[in-house]
Amino acid sequence: MALDRTGAQIIWECLVHEGVTTVFGYPGGAILPAYDAMLDYPIRHVLVRHEQGASHMADGYARAGGGVGVAIATSGPGATNLVTGIATAQMDSVPIVCITGQVPSKLIGYDAFQETDITGITLPITKHSYLVTRVEDIMPAIKEAFHLAKSGRPGPVLVDITKDAQQAKATWEWDPTPVKMRGYRPKLTVAKSQIAKAVDLIKASKRPVILAGQGILQSGAMKEVRQFAERINAPVAMTLLGLGGFPASHPLNIGMMGMHGEAWVNHAIQEADLLLAFGMRFDDRVTGNIKTYALNAKKIHIDIDPSEINKNVTADAAIVADLRHALKDLLDVVEPGDHSQWLKYIGSMKGDSAVRDIQSLPDNGHLYAPHVINDIWRLTEGNAIVVTDVGQHQMWEAQYYHHEKPRTLITSGGLGTMGFGLPAAIGAKMARPDAEVWAIVGDGGFQMTAAELSTAAQEGIKVNVAVINNGFLGMVRQWQEFFYERRYAATPLRSPDFVKLAEAHGLIGLRAEKRPEVAEVVKQARAAEGTVLIDFRVEQEDSVYPMVPAGADLDAMIRRPQQPPSVLVETGADPI
Amino acid sequence: MHHTLVALVEDKPGVLNRVASLFRRRAFNIESLTVGRTDVPGVSRMTVVVDSDEVSVDRVTAYLYKLVNVLQVEDLRDVPAIARDLALVKVAVAGHDRAQLLRVVDETRAHIVDTGEQTMTLEITGEPPHVDSVIARLEPLGIIEMVRTGQVAMRRGDVALSATQYS
Repeated sequence: MALDRTGAQIIWECLVHEGVTTVFGYPGGAILPAYDAMLDYPIRHVLVRHEQGASHMADGYARAGGGVGVAIATSGPGATNLVTGIATAQMDSVPIVCITGQVPSKLIGYDAFQETDITGITLPITKHSYLVTRVEDIMPAIKEAFHLAKSGRPGPVLVDITKDAQQAKATWEWDPTPVKMRGYRPKLTVAKSQIAKAVDLIKASKRPVILAGQGILQSGAMKEVRQFAERINAPVAMTLLGLGGFPASHPLNIGMMGMHGEAWVNHAIQEADLLLAFGMRFDDRVTGNIKTYALNAKKIHIDIDPSEINKNVTADAAIVADLRHALKDLLDVVEPGDHSQWLKYIGSMKGDSAVRDIQSLPDNGHLYAPHVINDIWRLTEGNAIVVTDVGQHQMWEAQYYHHEKPRTLITSGGLGTMGFGLPAAIGAKMARPDAEVWAIVGDGGFQMTAAELSTAAQEGIKVNVAVINNGFLGMVRQWQEFFYERRYAATPLRSPDFVKLAEAHGLIGLRAEKRPEVAEVVKQARAAEGTVLIDFRVEQEDSVYPMVPAGADLDAMIRRPQQPPSVLVETGADPI
Repeated sequence: MHHTLVALVEDKPGVLNRVASLFRRRAFNIESLTVGRTDVPGVSRMTVVVDSDEVSVDRVTAYLYKLVNVLQVEDLRDVPAIARDLALVKVAVAGHDRAQLLRVVDETRAHIVDTGEQTMTLEITGEPPHVDSVIARLEPLGIIEMVRTGQVAMRRGDVALSATQYS
């Protein structure tokens, strides 16, 4: 057979076969053969301004669209710049494939120009990785990479391909057979014995709480979770990454749990006699002090990753399976329950505190971030895809933008990566071009990757960027206020004029400094054609409440100090 | 507590690194780690002795299975198993009673595998505690150099962790 393709061409042939239409990347010496071949393939390449942007865009693309995101970089610094985005995807179980160029195989180990051991560097932060030095290994590696990235518990996979492997020729023939790997067989089916155990625990429970995690989105179990919650009549508490997996407006949705979760949700978890963990991993931000966490509760833990079972909490029933499969099996046997007393009790704890929290912000004519986010929610009718950065604005988003649908909140949960917001929003927009995409970012995180505004401009895409600008690294400042005697070490932040920054990119820049201006600029941004940046000048020293201090008991929360009610604020439960 | 795990792994570049990195990253202490070929080409076998509590060793097993190149893991905690360790010990022969050294060799089933003008090299094979005890007896005689392979282990009886299923 003829040697009819170069390794570089084979890379693109594989990507086309994997259904890839968009990649995010940055060219350079060791990946140049691949870039040269790219021009002949029907794939959109988004030129980022820094490779970290590429891995975050691939991440946002995957989270918004439900497919696999692809990032491409050259060897050495190109590859190392991907690392933060890879670690972000690993912590949040996001399927991305990173393809990096590597120096020619004969130079590996000789400290060649732009050589770095990227498979070694990323070993603990990838699901798996490949170093490909022979052209005939390119297709199997890429096929396996996609299979690994999206199956089981998803995650990032890196394929490092030497320049000589890209240049060498081979006979091309796509192998259509499904990938089989003898050491990798994610478990999808459910052990009957554990189902029976779970059913008994559910039957015996008087105070159950469902803990709804990102596994719902990953397995597409929205319908099953809803059926199940309604069937057993149990309240549903959300993790940050689970938001959108169960409708915010559903009467059984009691809100977010954890460090900045709702007070009544954390109390309900602490008083529960049964926790049903659906695709969540009992992260320390969710449990607080693990030694005092939900001591009276039995735990049913459903997760596709066996290593999550008994890691942070001990499970009384453990179902290692795809959540949707597991819930389908449970729905076959579980009987209807009635927990109206328990729900009523949680309702009484909730009282009017949801509204009171935002209403107790003082009316001093200043602008408050929770109001801004709540207004964006109302004006977008809760239908936008919101991508956040990390910090106070992220928690306020989780509290005051109410998500009804899956994959409408995209946020770096596990790694807490500042700089994630803007590039991930660009990736999300690429995956869902018809959706309204908002990047809600802080002035700190935004400036870490603000160069990607240029990418948005070059690609001609529309993302609305809401900069919650308080002149501080706000969440760190809040910790300094609470735990370090207000010694604001390195948290005051001077920023450029963000409106002018947007304009310098040929984009529209807007500003709001008072509450009544918010709706106006949000409407303008939505109506405008291209990417719009809004500089929201908000109260400088506002804090996110409630807050469970790190390591404290889950029900030991710092609450917002009581203030006289404001006349300016309104937080209607329904979108306008 | 020491626990012995046996893993069949794919014989591919970087696999040892992946396993070692896992223990480091999850903050487990490796007492010993040995790796070698099996009867099946492409499949290697590792014996890992970890110092951890019961709960943690379950976590190790689960984490090992997350590695794509790990085929099968056997936990030898609660099953009868054969464990062997091998040591080479170079001992000074000058300056003490040569007969005393030969007595230790005789009583402990050690083998003399090399002799020099000033030294004698012994091979000691057996259960790790046996190797420990022989070394303890040799110490007063003057150990000059020593190497141990670390433990290899296998379950007793007819139950087998066969590599042929992966051929």
